[in-house]
Amino acid sequence: MIASAIERVGGATLRYVEYVGGLAIQLKASIAALTRTLPLIGNRNRWKSAIQQMLAIGVDAFPMVGIMAVCAGFILAMQGASELRRFGAMQFVVDLVTIGFTRELGPLLTAIAVSGRSGSAFSAEIGSMVVTEEIDALKTMALDPVEFVLAPKFLAALLALPCLTIISNACGILAGGVFMRFSTDMAFSIYLSDVAHSMVLRDVVTGLVKSVAFATIIVQVGCLEGFRVRGGPDAVGRSATAAVVKSTFLVILADVGFTAIFYLTGAK
Amino acid sequence: MTPAISVRDVAVSYNGLPVLNGINLEIRRGETMVLLGGSGSGKSTLLRQIIGLERPQSGHVLVNGVDLANSSPGELKKVRRSIGVAFQNAALFNSMSVEDNVALPLHEHTQLAESTIRLMTWMKLAVVGLGGSGKLSPRELSGGMKKRAAVARALSLDPEILVFDEPSAGLDPIVAAELDELILGLKRAFNMTVVVVTHEMASAFRIADRMAMLYKGSLIAVGTKEELQNSSHPRIRQFLDRVPDPIAGASGIDEYFRRYLEGGSL
Repeated sequence: MIASAIERVGGATLRYVEYVGGLAIQLKASIAALTRTLPLIGNRNRWKSAIQQMLAIGVDAFPMVGIMAVCAGFILAMQGASELRRFGAMQFVVDLVTIGFTRELGPLLTAIAVSGRSGSAFSAEIGSMVVTEEIDALKTMALDPVEFVLAPKFLAALLALPCLTIISNACGILAGGVFMRFSTDMAFSIYLSDVAHSMVLRDVVTGLVKSVAFATIIVQVGCLEGFRVRGGPDAVGRSATAAVVKSTFLVILADVGFTAIFYLTGAK
Repeated sequence: MTPAISVRDVAVSYNGLPVLNGINLEIRRGETMVLLGGSGSGKSTLLRQIIGLERPQSGHVLVNGVDLANSSPGELKKVRRSIGVAFQNAALFNSMSVEDNVALPLHEHTQLAESTIRLMTWMKLAVVGLGGSGKLSPRELSGGMKKRAAVARALSLDPEILVFDEPSAGLDPIVAAELDELILGLKRAFNMTVVVVTHEMASAFRIADRMAMLYKGSLIAVGTKEELQNSSHPRIRQFLDRVPDPIAGASGIDEYFRRYLEGGSL
């Protein structure tokens, strides 16, 4: 019984280690392939493909990310105001929304939205290509599937996620301003001036650094789940679900790590 | 003359189950070799070894003298460019038009002008009888047309070796026969080495110069179609004469029902 429990734990550990190893190998290959995706120095077709991916990952996600950020901005402002009002500290709602979004909510909400939209799409697309032998066809045509399929998505996500994060920050902060306008009659110009006062460049930069890391996680997990599809269409569906679950989990895990690092390095 | 493909003592197993048991096979330049075998005989696995999609766990596969087991990425790339593969399900990219599918290897591996690539693409499509279908999406093609489009793509880099995986699968007899004629026509026109994996006997005897028969991961016969036709090997006779195996576990089914009816544990 003890031996069987140890065996199970060992088996599960080996599977996790193998998965992380697979991610690391794929990440290394995709970073190498990234240079061949860049404009001017890379392959023209990859750059065209990357632009199409930017539209899918970034532009198409804009309404969803914007609405999520507006809702979260209202929620944060209302929750903050309900407590701060008791202490006569309503002006701190501005700091709460500004710092909350630039440091945390902007990058995290964007990553969760993109993980749900694009992470599953990457996995389903590549999984279908595996099932229909398109990935094998690429290999027999002497084309590297990592360069052909993954690298454009990677480059697109690396550029799109920081942009979406900035948009998310802006939408969330503007929602806070609308709340303050109607709840305290604070003029919008004063609100914006307070926002500028409480916004710190370091917070914005750390948020963008996080968004780049989250983009890497979403693309690498989504694509790895796709490449690992074996079997038929049901396996494609399972891989899409696994891509969202694993990438969201890893995004939150990475967020904890980044926040801890920034907290420790930023402490005076 | 170096054989086009040389398979030496190739053994493959998946999760401890042997799939190929020390296969030895030489495919000569300019011949059409048909790999025959029933379901699960290992012919698709052997094909994946030959086209370099998998590296042999033991043994060697040499394509044009290059050992795939020990080749550098550059050598493997060169070998792959010398092989055109038409997959069982065509494996066309649905996001591209038919002509873009055929043009893809030319865009990726050559520096030709766009107009030249378009002309070459049209020629390849015309060779397989799809000259007017280039603008269509693969979704708009019938099963036979898809397979011919896949052949056109396989031909796009003028390969020395052309490989077909189950070309007749899922096609009606007339379209399957048309595909057989296309394979024969291509071989005559371009003098390529052709490797075909199939279990369709009529197709195999129409197109083959030589045949290799696999059974449970082992090569049980290699020879001309006449030699296989006249073989007295029981497995080959069974395959050619379409004699079914006794249903595996038939006695087990009887036992199951007996126990069930007796109300005993199953």
